[in-house]
Amino acid sequence: MRIAIASGKGGTGKTTVAVNLACVLADSGQTVQYLDCDVEEPNGHIFLNPEITATEPVGIPVPVVDEQKCTGCRKCAEVCQYHAIAVLKKPLVFAELCHGCGGCALVCPERAIREENRTIGVVETGRAGGVAFVQGRLNVGEPAAPPLIRAVRMKAIADGVAIMDAPPGTSCPVVATVRGADYVLLVTEPTPFGLNDLRLAVEMIRQLGVPHGVVINRADSGDRRVRDFCTAETIPILLEIPDDRRVAEAYSRGHMAVRVLPEWKTMLMDLWNSIEADACRQGRQRDTGQ
Amino acid sequence: MSDIVKEVVVISGKGGTGKTSIVASFAALSGHSVLADCDVDAADLHLVLTPTIRRREEFRCGHEATIMQKDCIGCGACLARCRFGAVVRIAAEDDMFTGTKTTCDNCADGCKRSCPVKFADIIEAIRAAGGEGKEQAFVIDPTSCEGCGVCVWACPVNAIDFPECLGGEWYVSDTRHGPMVHARLIPGGENSGKLVSKVREVARTLAEERKADLVVVDGPPGVGCAVIASVSGASLVLVVTEPTLSGAHDMARVLELTRHFNIPTAVCVNKWDLNADMADRIESEARKSGAAIAGRVRYDRAVTAAQLRGLAVVETDAGPVGEDIRAVWEALH
Repeated sequence: MRIAIASGKGGTGKTTVAVNLACVLADSGQTVQYLDCDVEEPNGHIFLNPEITATEPVGIPVPVVDEQKCTGCRKCAEVCQYHAIAVLKKPLVFAELCHGCGGCALVCPERAIREENRTIGVVETGRAGGVAFVQGRLNVGEPAAPPLIRAVRMKAIADGVAIMDAPPGTSCPVVATVRGADYVLLVTEPTPFGLNDLRLAVEMIRQLGVPHGVVINRADSGDRRVRDFCTAETIPILLEIPDDRRVAEAYSRGHMAVRVLPEWKTMLMDLWNSIEADACRQGRQRDTGQ
Repeated sequence: MSDIVKEVVVISGKGGTGKTSIVASFAALSGHSVLADCDVDAADLHLVLTPTIRRREEFRCGHEATIMQKDCIGCGACLARCRFGAVVRIAAEDDMFTGTKTTCDNCADGCKRSCPVKFADIIEAIRAAGGEGKEQAFVIDPTSCEGCGVCVWACPVNAIDFPECLGGEWYVSDTRHGPMVHARLIPGGENSGKLVSKVREVARTLAEERKADLVVVDGPPGVGCAVIASVSGASLVLVVTEPTLSGAHDMARVLELTRHFNIPTAVCVNKWDLNADMADRIESEARKSGAAIAGRVRYDRAVTAAQLRGLAVVETDAGPVGEDIRAVWEALH
């Protein structure tokens, strides 16, 4: 089962829920994998302390033009939607704008364009106790996270539980993470910012048609509006986590909440059971077309 | 101040460190400036500044492919060429099947268009994609399509439409603290960096028109395209972080980014008293990276309370935390 943990708003507790859930499931004997898809700012490693056993560069194919063969016909520049290749007398490649679609190499009548991989980041794999660990790290200065996120997601195990920690927001990096997940857990907080960004995240996830439920973190710190929204939209609230300074302190030091607060174990096992039950229920609803 | 408009961009690396709450207070403190919300896919500043929209524009950017089923011969050239997994094949037994049937007779004419150099390869790729003799349809998954247009080019019968798509909207508004430029990216949308650039461009123009000398920008989290578009060419970046290992780790990455782009940078530790040792450590690391320290803001529930009332912290009688933010604002000058 693949579970994506997303939020819309940043700092609501995605990583806290993801790493602790992975840990609790591993302790209970399940096969668990944690995948950090927040490749711009991956933080799961801070808590899981994995031993990294493999590092693979991830690149996108960018054009390299053979100036001997190029006749300056401009077909490559015409086909490129990203303005990543311009032809003055000879073609000029702006590699950081390139999405690696291959269009320019495809259209070149002289076969003057070949593609070379340009590294944008790395995928690291390893183990943290009972948890299989995967993370992507985007090179600083690189704009495009989705190709690296897709490379991280390719590592997801087929058997067992794959927990994918998503980046904040609702744009393409989040879509790249939650696409194809069996369930999306949306972690939010009961504040106006939390609610607004939850609304946007729900709108995005509904387009993708993935079953989803909500966790309200620091549940007693705001007001009722997030709960009212979930009720009105019939989105299940699977867990409410009380605001607890001990959790914040553990977090600040990079400690796991389950190690500091034993009650988190039961709480997260219950969450897991709710996710399984709700994924099953929403899957059935979708299949019967309701 | 010079006659050039200055632009202060507030970012954080890690999300949820308090950027927007601090920017809302800056808006209240700044007097004569223009505000810009560049967190276009999860914008929140409007919740505090309650803007009245004066101008609303569509953000059209990029194209999206659509297969016109009436013209599609079901050859699969689009599927063979798409590198983003955006072409979905629907087999005959599915109810979305629209009824096309084709058999390859190795004419290679259609496929020639798809590949100028290696017919045999592309024909094989098309066959592998299931194009030969099977009853099937192809559709584009718009959430996967990156708008590259390769399928449009590859299609041997021009059956793929490629209209410009609506990526979102941007607005020019009035708030109780001056004009504000903000936007809404369609959830799940692409091109957030281009929408960010648009918001900044409009805000700068507006500042010149209104003779304001400052634009205050609320930026997005992360270090990717939307952040790069937010900070490039800015006069000053303020990194708002929190005293946690995650905050420190993420700050190091944004400082690397602002160094890379050569932008003067200051750091502010928000909620510093949640872990005073960590706050010290972060400030010392920030100094080592060449950033200035703009001050510290204490943890106070008054910040959430103000947000619940739709107010900036400094607009309430928040006391010390309001003073902290004021001191950071003064330090930026």
